[in-house]
Amino acid sequence: MKREQMRKNVLSALFAVICFVYMLPILIVLYNSFKTNASINTSTFALPNAETFVGLDNYRTGMYVGEYPFLYSAGYSFVITILSAALILLCTSMAAWYISRVADPFSRVVYYLCVFSMVVPFQMVMFTLAKTAHTLRLDTPWTIPVIYLGFGAGLAVFMFVGFVKSIPLEIEEAASIDGCGPLRTFFGVVLPMLKPILISVGVLEIMWVWNDYLLPYLVLDRTKYKTIPIHIQYLQGSYGHVDLGAVMALIMLSIVPIIVFYLFCQKYIISGVTAGAVKG
Amino acid sequence: MKQTKRNNAAAVNSKLIRRPIQRCFAIFLLPTFAAFCIGFLYPFFKGFYLSFCKFTTTSNAKWVGLQNYQKAFADASFLHAFWYTALVAAASLVLINVLAFAVAYALTRGIRGANLFRGVFFMPNLIGGIVLGYIWSMIFDGILSHYNTSIVLNTMYGYWGLIILMGWQQIGYMMIIYIAGLQSVPEDMIEAAKIDGANGWQTLWKITIPTVMPSITICTFLTLTNSFKLFDQNMVLNGGQPFVFRPDGTVIKSTEMLALNIYNTFYLNANSRGVGQAKAVLFFVLVAAIALLQLRATRTKEVQQ
Repeated sequence: MKREQMRKNVLSALFAVICFVYMLPILIVLYNSFKTNASINTSTFALPNAETFVGLDNYRTGMYVGEYPFLYSAGYSFVITILSAALILLCTSMAAWYISRVADPFSRVVYYLCVFSMVVPFQMVMFTLAKTAHTLRLDTPWTIPVIYLGFGAGLAVFMFVGFVKSIPLEIEEAASIDGCGPLRTFFGVVLPMLKPILISVGVLEIMWVWNDYLLPYLVLDRTKYKTIPIHIQYLQGSYGHVDLGAVMALIMLSIVPIIVFYLFCQKYIISGVTAGAVKG
Repeated sequence: MKQTKRNNAAAVNSKLIRRPIQRCFAIFLLPTFAAFCIGFLYPFFKGFYLSFCKFTTTSNAKWVGLQNYQKAFADASFLHAFWYTALVAAASLVLINVLAFAVAYALTRGIRGANLFRGVFFMPNLIGGIVLGYIWSMIFDGILSHYNTSIVLNTMYGYWGLIILMGWQQIGYMMIIYIAGLQSVPEDMIEAAKIDGANGWQTLWKITIPTVMPSITICTFLTLTNSFKLFDQNMVLNGGQPFVFRPDGTVIKSTEMLALNIYNTFYLNANSRGVGQAKAVLFFVLVAAIALLQLRATRTKEVQQ
């Protein structure tokens, strides 16, 4: 038994080391964001010292590097992510309830089209989708959630329908006998029961929209609006002339919200993100 | 399956529920359906139609039949991208699954700090492809600059660099799925094997791995589709560099994957958009075929159990 315990402790120590190494890429970016440009270039892995340490300078210059204020990009990223996730959760949960409770031929067709859409890669639709979005003026941060709802409906509807099927019909029948209309039945009775799947889908959509690059890049009017991934890609595109320290700072600023979000709801995020995997 | 049928029947029979909801079609289903038409159905069918046309924008399309597909198949850079993507998929599939399983196996042995380790491994998964690519191109160039080279100068560095990046990003995700699978292996089966005199390896190969086969199937297909759809990381890490200039004037971007090749066909040259759309349709068929295979694999497993 003692040997067994020893082995476990050794394994534990080994994993502590591996995890430290695993975190190194982020730690390297973190301490590089406090270094001078020259030292990031010449000695990427050296810790900052008295000579190369510049405090928060990189964070200050990073705000305006690349002629587009980073705070705008961050703001638009927040707006788009929150609006899209909210719209997707509200609309697809209602649609999924309709599909599984009405179950007429039309809603069945819609359901199968949704399932089908899950296997279609974005490149298949990207050109025509961008054109459609421009024509319909869905190319601003306030209207792009409609595009996200449309392209992301598949997985969300699929997950909601799977969950609604497991809810016993009797509860809704009781509500209906008590005089609830469909709207009240849905918002008062069904929606609260959907809480676990709402969290899963919500996490999944937030992670998708927040990190998405190509869709907003093609759909948004880029002269006016950027998101964080677009902003960072722009800086890298202008290779060589770019203020490396500032970019390190911006990368940190774009990771920090995710890490904070992760630390506070790790349990939901892990189960939410993986819930989407076990489909089919 | 049975469960579904029973519920559907219940829904149909229960007029109490069904009719009033049906009357609220415009509130419940219409918004999603309308957005779905704008964001998926129309672009999909229009895109399919455009793959048979020559066009620079959606309004000047001219029917050219199968010409775009012929051009796509004759395009050396497209074929190269396909094989390169297949090689990336093969290597990442083996590497990610073996390491993710090993980590999951070790973390389910009841060691101290397992939850913390799990959280650390999963974290890179939450970082977007653009930022990931940026971080790793800096790290690789930080190392390679000591040898006076760079990740954009050597195909092999680009290849293994991308595999390392993908491993770092996806091992934690697959690990979570494997942990869920490993936790469902019945204790008494392991104990019975021990009593029968099986050693650790035998238990792993004869009991544990066969039992977590469904997780292995899921993860195999996930890594496969993830590699085939990879775009952001590929673009940012080295953008397909180094380029090979052929004597006949064609350019092969030696580390360019399928998704990036399609994107470049669309947007680097407006005259090849028809070919780009044809490539996109072929890409869709490929990804859909993998998904169908996955469906079949998971279905047959379920029947066996």
